[in-house]
Amino acid sequence: MTTLAPPAVRVQEPTTAKGGRSGSVVWMAIPALLMFVAFGIIPLLGVIALSFTTWDGIGDIHPSGLDSWTAALKDPGLPHAIWVTFEIMFISWLVQTPISIMIGVFLAATKKYRGFLAVLYFIPLLLSSAAISITYKALLDPNFGLGAGFGVDWLKQDWLGDSKLAIGVLIFVVSWQYIPFHSLIYQGAVRQIPTSMYEASMIDGAGRVRQFFSITLPQIKYTIITSSTLMVVGSLTFFDLIYVLTGGGPGDSTRALALEMYQKGFMANLMGPASCIAVILVLSGVVLAQLLRRLGGRGDESMQEGV
Amino acid sequence: MFNSNISRRNFMGLTAGAAGAAALAACGSSGPSDKGSSSGGSGSGSASYWSLSGEPGEPIRQAAIDRFNKANPDTKITPTFFQNDAYKQKIKTAIGAGQAPTLIWGWGGGGLKSYVDANQVVDLTDWLGQNAAVKDKILPSSFGAGTVNGKVYALPVETVQPIVLYYNKKAFAKIGANPPQSYGDILDLIPKFNAKGIAPFSLAGQSRWTNMMWLEFMLDRQAGSEVFDNVFAGKAGSWSDPQVLEMLTKVQDLVKQKAFINGFSSITADSNADQALLYTGKAAMMVHGSWSYGIQKADGGSFVKDGGLGWMNFPPIDGGKGDPSNTVGNPGQYLSISSKASAADQETAKKFFSTTLVDDDEKAGWVKSGGVPVLKNSDSLFTGDDAQFLKDMSAIASGAKTFAQSWDQALSPTAAETLLDNIAKLFQLQVTPQQWVDNMNGVIGK
Repeated sequence: MTTLAPPAVRVQEPTTAKGGRSGSVVWMAIPALLMFVAFGIIPLLGVIALSFTTWDGIGDIHPSGLDSWTAALKDPGLPHAIWVTFEIMFISWLVQTPISIMIGVFLAATKKYRGFLAVLYFIPLLLSSAAISITYKALLDPNFGLGAGFGVDWLKQDWLGDSKLAIGVLIFVVSWQYIPFHSLIYQGAVRQIPTSMYEASMIDGAGRVRQFFSITLPQIKYTIITSSTLMVVGSLTFFDLIYVLTGGGPGDSTRALALEMYQKGFMANLMGPASCIAVILVLSGVVLAQLLRRLGGRGDESMQEGV
Repeated sequence: MFNSNISRRNFMGLTAGAAGAAALAACGSSGPSDKGSSSGGSGSGSASYWSLSGEPGEPIRQAAIDRFNKANPDTKITPTFFQNDAYKQKIKTAIGAGQAPTLIWGWGGGGLKSYVDANQVVDLTDWLGQNAAVKDKILPSSFGAGTVNGKVYALPVETVQPIVLYYNKKAFAKIGANPPQSYGDILDLIPKFNAKGIAPFSLAGQSRWTNMMWLEFMLDRQAGSEVFDNVFAGKAGSWSDPQVLEMLTKVQDLVKQKAFINGFSSITADSNADQALLYTGKAAMMVHGSWSYGIQKADGGSFVKDGGLGWMNFPPIDGGKGDPSNTVGNPGQYLSISSKASAADQETAKKFFSTTLVDDDEKAGWVKSGGVPVLKNSDSLFTGDDAQFLKDMSAIASGAKTFAQSWDQALSPTAAETLLDNIAKLFQLQVTPQQWVDNMNGVIGK
């Protein structure tokens, strides 16, 4: 299969990235594209169509113009859900990123005990969100949980029943679950940095801290953006975790967009407004992903110029 | 979320696309998925039946189906059992997708009405007319919630379930007090129990319908049964009644006085944690459905057997308008037949209705579980350990001037969701009584 061999990129003019070789490689995207159209684009179009209708999920679908949109946008629950979503997104990003980078850098070093630790760190990644939620819910139960069991007073808070604490617990559990995944990404990225850079800097007299800030961090810039995109876009769709842990409660304190959508669509039988929320979710995701890409520059210049 | 611009072949584009796809996949898997293999209309002589899992109901339901399948070897009923809250979503999705089971288990009321409006369930009026013997075996008062627009769409089955006030006798002995005779007594008991480190009331607030049971009784005792009758009838502004505001204020006062157990808003009823709090003595009282008796008996060790559990109808509020004999709860559970099922399966279902579901084994099974059957002439079966409880429940159910159906079952799903949402916020002190009334007036008749 000669078509599989990509031509030498360095020789190619960067301005002609779109033409020339595209004919030989584009077909490789077809399987992914088919899946994406079948499970991404078509349902998405369905949701957009549903957002202009009134449907209770059981009977007939009635087209109703902008009725569902006005109902969804007028609902005071929507701005609240957006606020909760972004609160969870931002704080969990803020917590996860530095910890993931540090663990990733730590694990990137090839030492045997670290390999052992790596296995331990990645255990949360193997558990399902529902299992994690049920476990934490049981541990944090104010009457039967850890605090009550061991008689530890500071653990006897109403962790999931107090609005502020519940959000905090949620962010903690999200971080606990996803930090291993992002550490893995960072570990890979750090291992890709040529050791020659570190050797050169050592000769120049740079210490470990200096090396971290001057070499490691700039070198994993794109990985940070990748990982941030995954965190940010992923946090839009947190559902199972919140649903099992708090059910959106207490009251509506942790009712993020995905839960609001579920509650509207499947509990209140208002498929129209629920579809509107789904469209809003999609748009926020696209906008955020694009913003993060812009933030990282064009993304096609080499990270290792001059090496 | 969907970076579908595939012409850009750089790393970031692919990653963002993958993230989008992953997010989509997450969307897809988080909704209720219907993997029920046995849908109606298969015509293979196998009617499907969906119902709730868990003690004490599941084994009795299973036993009924086993009896039927044994007696009718060529027509089979295949059951699938789901957890309570999960079932409510699943059955809706299945019916909406035309994948309903032959036998649809439910609570009647507003949910049943939405199936009727969509022509998804079979009208049983004529069939019951022809089979008067079946109808005569069932308590007449249970048919109300299975009737929509004067026609019967669901057969009352299983048990009559009034909601009652349970109490732990040992907890009362600890503070040397008697069970409350009035709402005033309840208020007096709250500080006494709190001082002893016992929560006055257990409550599974995250499930929301548990809080609703409180509101149902508080509204009835304070303002009488007419307010909710008007709401149910769709009269505009029905919640705007000074008595409703008074009742809501009282409920919020209960929360402020710590009447409910610490952390109640994160406790769920599906795990039976609220009932565990009562039988372990961490809480002294609990408002719950009569089905809770069977759960406490099964899970609470010797608690029920040793006479640790007491029960009564919710006490009257001093100066309140409601009749103290009134009760709230489920006048029965309901089975409907899917109109999408094949004629043969519908016949199987009707045969199930007219034979197994009204036979003596069915009656005895529910009595044994600690429930009052919807079938007539059960009183003679009330013997043994549970006799007193069963007699009391039967007396509450038959002696009630008004036996109101649980609100979330009586109302349409749309109105019920707003109701549950606002009740949760009320208990969380996130809305004022006036806001609650305004929010609820907004969905009357929807």
